[in-house]
Amino acid sequence: MSGAYASPQLYLEEQARWRSAEIAFWIAALLPFVFFKAYLSLASQIAITALFALSLDLILGYAGIVSLGHAAFFGIGAYAAGLLGKHGWGEPLSGLVIAAAAAALVGFAASFIVARFRHLALIMITLGMGLLLHEAANSASGLTGGADGLQGIKMWPLFGVFKFDLYGVTAYTYSLVVLFLMFLVARRLIHSPFGLSLRGIRENPLRMPAIGASSEAHIRKIYTIAAAIAGVAGALLAQTTSTVSLEVLGFQRSADVLVILILGGAGRLYGGILGAIIYMVARDQFSGLNPQYWYFWIGLLLIAVVMFLPNGILGGMAKLISSWRHRTS
Amino acid sequence: MIGSIFGVLFDGFAYGMLLFLLSVGLSVTLGMMNFVNLAHCSFAMLGGYVTVTLMSRYGWPFLATLPAAFVAAAAVSVVLERVLYRRLYRASDLDQCLLTIGIVFVSIAIAAYVYGTVQQPVQPPAYLQGSLEVLGVNFAVYRLFLVGTALAVTVILVGALEYTRFGAQVRAAVDNQRMARGLGINVEGAFAVTFALGSGLAGLGGALASPMIGLDPSFAFAYLIYVLIVVSVGGLASIGGSFAAAALLGISDMAGKYYVPELGAFLIYLVMVGLLMWRPSGLFGKR
Repeated sequence: MSGAYASPQLYLEEQARWRSAEIAFWIAALLPFVFFKAYLSLASQIAITALFALSLDLILGYAGIVSLGHAAFFGIGAYAAGLLGKHGWGEPLSGLVIAAAAAALVGFAASFIVARFRHLALIMITLGMGLLLHEAANSASGLTGGADGLQGIKMWPLFGVFKFDLYGVTAYTYSLVVLFLMFLVARRLIHSPFGLSLRGIRENPLRMPAIGASSEAHIRKIYTIAAAIAGVAGALLAQTTSTVSLEVLGFQRSADVLVILILGGAGRLYGGILGAIIYMVARDQFSGLNPQYWYFWIGLLLIAVVMFLPNGILGGMAKLISSWRHRTS
Repeated sequence: MIGSIFGVLFDGFAYGMLLFLLSVGLSVTLGMMNFVNLAHCSFAMLGGYVTVTLMSRYGWPFLATLPAAFVAAAAVSVVLERVLYRRLYRASDLDQCLLTIGIVFVSIAIAAYVYGTVQQPVQPPAYLQGSLEVLGVNFAVYRLFLVGTALAVTVILVGALEYTRFGAQVRAAVDNQRMARGLGINVEGAFAVTFALGSGLAGLGGALASPMIGLDPSFAFAYLIYVLIVVSVGGLASIGGSFAAAALLGISDMAGKYYVPELGAFLIYLVMVGLLMWRPSGLFGKR
């Protein structure tokens, strides 16, 4: 952080200013409609994964809560939306809201546990809660379909007009719009005094209460919000693909989203989105290979990022740009 | 009925000892050195594959492959420690987690490339097969062997760490690096040796476990969760704690599978989350 600001207000306002690169990015997100029509389903998957990574970024990147069980909320959202669709209520938007509420409710309950722990105990507890939910969904096969997944989900057209087509035009439009709206919410949160205090908690959880900002209350709030957003991402997946498999709750999904976020750059709004694009496109391109070998490259990339790019690809790029500017000026 | 309860207790205890053998190395690396080493089971998997290769391709006897598994895992871990781990001793939990998850991914891919994704058959020698019957209860010989090995490892390890000069140096280096360095202890060396010891034990555990639980590339993830549960529930840096936690876990898992199979692994995870919420630093943890 360089440069002094007259007041925190000014600092936050400066941070919240829309930059040209951001506007260019969101315009570029429309390109698949024109150039990559065959890849619209993939694009919608990317948007959903990006939203999931964004929700993890809120707790991990900004509040410093390491979670190895974040897929729990993704899965709750997916099952909530899927069950609604299966049992006769296929209206997408209200399904999204209900899924978010369900995930938020569980997230709120879990946040009381999460806020009390740090370090290894926290990692193990989030991991354990994720596994618990996975096992519970597996056992309750009457409700969730167990290992066979939830089938027979019937989605109604969006606004009663736009059907979910085979090419994914509606799916991508829907996912992208929801991603953008959620992104706006996250962006507003991060650039508020609340967001600033979250970063304070990440840097020093003992000092924040000393200056009058209770860590636990803040962590509970952001954890609930992140759970709701993860639930929305899960619901989007269920609605756009009309299936829910047990894998939405799996450890693999929690690990994948962590990898995606770290690759892109945690603690940066666009980190999860960039990570999702790189990860999903690479996986799509290499899917001809055995998935086991695909993980070789992901593992290598992860090691390289931890070793050489502590702030992810986005952090590395920001450093490169700032050093380049420094040299030219 | 009594016989079946004893049978479940014994099988559970033997399974717990298997988990203990797999995880005791982690209670050294994670517990003493504070490194969140999620790649622990990759070293165990390496040990398992060393045993498989030596037995099937070179015709070594099973028992002779066990030290080889220890040495191979320790040797590979020293290389990784010098190149990668060493740089992250002071890094955050998250960075350590990520680095080691990366190593797990790579190790799974390599194992799948070399050995394929099929289960590797490991047959213990004839004198370790079969079972003994005492008072109407069947004791599988291999399980008795596991229990005996686990007890021997515990005694040797506790003895080495608590009562030898080297053990004292390691504990000093881990507790207070600067002070230890000031006293002329080779801290770097102590760390490297400790790490090799932990990973070598993982290799040994993997080799011993493979006849019972099978060996395929997913081993590195499948048992990671159990191993982490044992170490975090038992308490970091507490070998006795790991022993107790492993026995508890093994028995409750076996009893759960036997009496309430529909619950699956649910019970184990519930016990873990509950115990950790009650005592975040583990049953026998000091910190």
